[in-house]
Amino acid sequence: MPGSTVTDEVELIGTGRGGGGGSSGDSGNSGGGGDDWKGPSGSARVPQRAYVTGMTIALAGILMFFMALVSAYIVRKDMPNSAWVPFNVPRILWLNTLILIASSFTLARSRSRFLANDSAGFRHWWGVTTILGIFFLAGQVIAWRQLAAAGVFLSTNPASSFFYVFTAAHGLHLLGGVLALLFIAFRPTHRLTKGTATEVVSMYWHFMDGLWVFLFLLLLLGR
Amino acid sequence: MSSHAHTGHAVVVEPSGFIRKYIFSIDHKVIGIQYFLLALTAVCVGIVLSLLMRFHLVYPGAHLPLVSGGIMTPEQYLALVTMHGTIMVFFVLTTAPQGGFGNYFLPIQIGAPDMAFPRLNMLSFWVTFLAFVAIIAAFVVPGGAPISGWTGYTPLSGMGEVTGPGEGMGQTLWIVSISLFCLASLLGALNFIATTIDLRAPGMTLFRMPLTVWGWFVTAILGLLAFGVLLAGGILLLLDRSAGTSFFLPAGLVVNDQLQPHSGGSPLLWQHLFWFFGHPEVYIAILPGMGVASHVLSTFSRKPVFGYRAMAMALCAIGFLGFMVWGHHMFLSGMSPYSGFAFSVLTMSIGVPSAIKTFNWIGTLWGGKIQFKSPMLFALGFVSLFVSGGLSGLFLAQPAVDNMLHATYYVVAHFHLVMGVAAIFGIFSATYFWFPKMFGRMMSEPLAKIHFWFTFVGAYCIFMPMHFVGLAGGIRRYADATGTTYAGVLQPVHMFMTYAAFITGAAQLIFLFNFFWSLKHGAIAGKNPWNATTLEWITDSPPPIDNFGGDYPSVYRGPYEFSVPGYRQDFIPQNLTPEQAALLK
Repeated sequence: MPGSTVTDEVELIGTGRGGGGGSSGDSGNSGGGGDDWKGPSGSARVPQRAYVTGMTIALAGILMFFMALVSAYIVRKDMPNSAWVPFNVPRILWLNTLILIASSFTLARSRSRFLANDSAGFRHWWGVTTILGIFFLAGQVIAWRQLAAAGVFLSTNPASSFFYVFTAAHGLHLLGGVLALLFIAFRPTHRLTKGTATEVVSMYWHFMDGLWVFLFLLLLLGR
Repeated sequence: MSSHAHTGHAVVVEPSGFIRKYIFSIDHKVIGIQYFLLALTAVCVGIVLSLLMRFHLVYPGAHLPLVSGGIMTPEQYLALVTMHGTIMVFFVLTTAPQGGFGNYFLPIQIGAPDMAFPRLNMLSFWVTFLAFVAIIAAFVVPGGAPISGWTGYTPLSGMGEVTGPGEGMGQTLWIVSISLFCLASLLGALNFIATTIDLRAPGMTLFRMPLTVWGWFVTAILGLLAFGVLLAGGILLLLDRSAGTSFFLPAGLVVNDQLQPHSGGSPLLWQHLFWFFGHPEVYIAILPGMGVASHVLSTFSRKPVFGYRAMAMALCAIGFLGFMVWGHHMFLSGMSPYSGFAFSVLTMSIGVPSAIKTFNWIGTLWGGKIQFKSPMLFALGFVSLFVSGGLSGLFLAQPAVDNMLHATYYVVAHFHLVMGVAAIFGIFSATYFWFPKMFGRMMSEPLAKIHFWFTFVGAYCIFMPMHFVGLAGGIRRYADATGTTYAGVLQPVHMFMTYAAFITGAAQLIFLFNFFWSLKHGAIAGKNPWNATTLEWITDSPPPIDNFGGDYPSVYRGPYEFSVPGYRQDFIPQNLTPEQAALLK
């Protein structure tokens, strides 16, 4: 994953509030091991690595949610008398998939600009990523509208049910990602340093990208 | 330490307004108490429901004041079954040990000022609260509470009002409630894991964590991996009910002479998704209790936990195996005998870490200077109930035996002892043990002991005979078995269990009285009334807003250094430096 090293204290555009609590003098690295953190308050001061840990854990939970849906898909498809009608994915999904994959590259680019202390480059590629994310969501909505125009709805047949469930669940998660991108672009973060915030959002975004590619392949090849 | 100068200045200001301090608080201690009170409310509702059921089983024709229509219908009985199970499993057994005590004591025991994400923590509680409101609302909507049991089996739970009263709005509210609960539990689990990994005090290595923390940590990992699966199932079920999809609903179902418009769904798919969550859920309820029992047995035996590492590893092993045995709930679903065999062997293999734990609990007691204080009594009760309830699990784990015992009272007796009452004893032990820390006062010891003996003997009186009702063919969830000869002859046993249930239920009033009376009138506890070693006992009772008054501890030793040879004091707190400890020689 690009830039997944824990570069907590990198401050580029931040507000100068290291960790958001009090002074940034005690950054919790006073002698190795990483277990030597002492902070005055959890609400005011949490070690930056906790956010990376938290995102890793959250992704594990999200993965379990989607794997439950995927296993339901596999089981349901092979039921006797399943009434399963193989489903042709709308062609625009190819374009959407390309857009989302491209957004991972622009985000990685943005992170590396950030780590190189290039503020303008970071902002530029961050913005491009956000726009690509919005394009993807718009593309998914267009796919839904095309299906609806063709008379394929949520309850039409099991394959279409799963298509809507997968795309809606993934789309909601990606909408959260877009909001996080926008939030970081426009607002200073309080408890996270900019370095942690961009790292955590990158983890989430790449994961959602990979998850979509997996779901897309499942819909294409597993129909 | 250089950081002390800094931390000494950074005083966390307690919010002054009532709302920010007690309602929408981000302090893990307040949130822990909120979870505890939610569970206390839920358990009162749950007990009333169970007493109504016990009453109905013995006097099926009696007129009841609370029941609409006077005499309880079978559907109303099923609604009681459903709501009792749901409320107890989710809002008591999951909420109190993990959300309540875990929230309150995990950060303190690892020397942290709060959870890693305090606002997320507040959100977890309030979403749980919403879930509770939704489930309670199911009582008062048209049609009343759902009737499909706490497992919500499809197709009964997926078709709407046609399948019975309560299957309309009531069942929808049930699904909404459970889904919200899943969401809240996922957020909570995330917080618990991140806190345990990243917020430990200096020197608090993984194998210096109290076993309570191990219990909450492993439980949180189970919750993280299990609740998402139930959430997915809940969403699909909701779509089946409201959007006309057919994930779980087969074609050609005729209910009440009406052909249902579904096609090709799989009711077993719901069972798989549900039990993939449902079996880890059993351990979510019991693992915190195991942690508390180990902790309390050690403290009141004045001995270190016997085989501490084995205890921690056994918790992990139980958690790990817990994900591979869900099929034993479905032996009778037509599963392949090979799958059944695999699930059976895996299930029985959980007996190994369970036996390690029991052996080590006894090893902890062996030769100890045992103090029979109320937390200790309940911890001993926990071990007793866990063993008696767990042994019947070995019988049920075998498909051949399960063929006969499935859906009988034998199963009900098994899971009530091992997961219900044992976990409740863990909660009681934790309450009596930590009440002094949480509220600064002691609970009444004589009342606690009366409460213990009534509850301990009562629980066995209710659930031991229940095994024999099951062996004799008594089927669970039947509202009235008096009409058949084979089950009708069991009525005297049912009568005995019902009397025992009412007496045991009444005995819980002693606990409630003790709890609320002691809040105001209990003896002042002081910092460390039990002479215990872990970090929560070095701070004030109740702890200040930042837990340690700015003076965060470092840890120099394991959590259970009791009766160390050569020391004048029979306990050495975890934060004592070697130099400080040397003064105790």
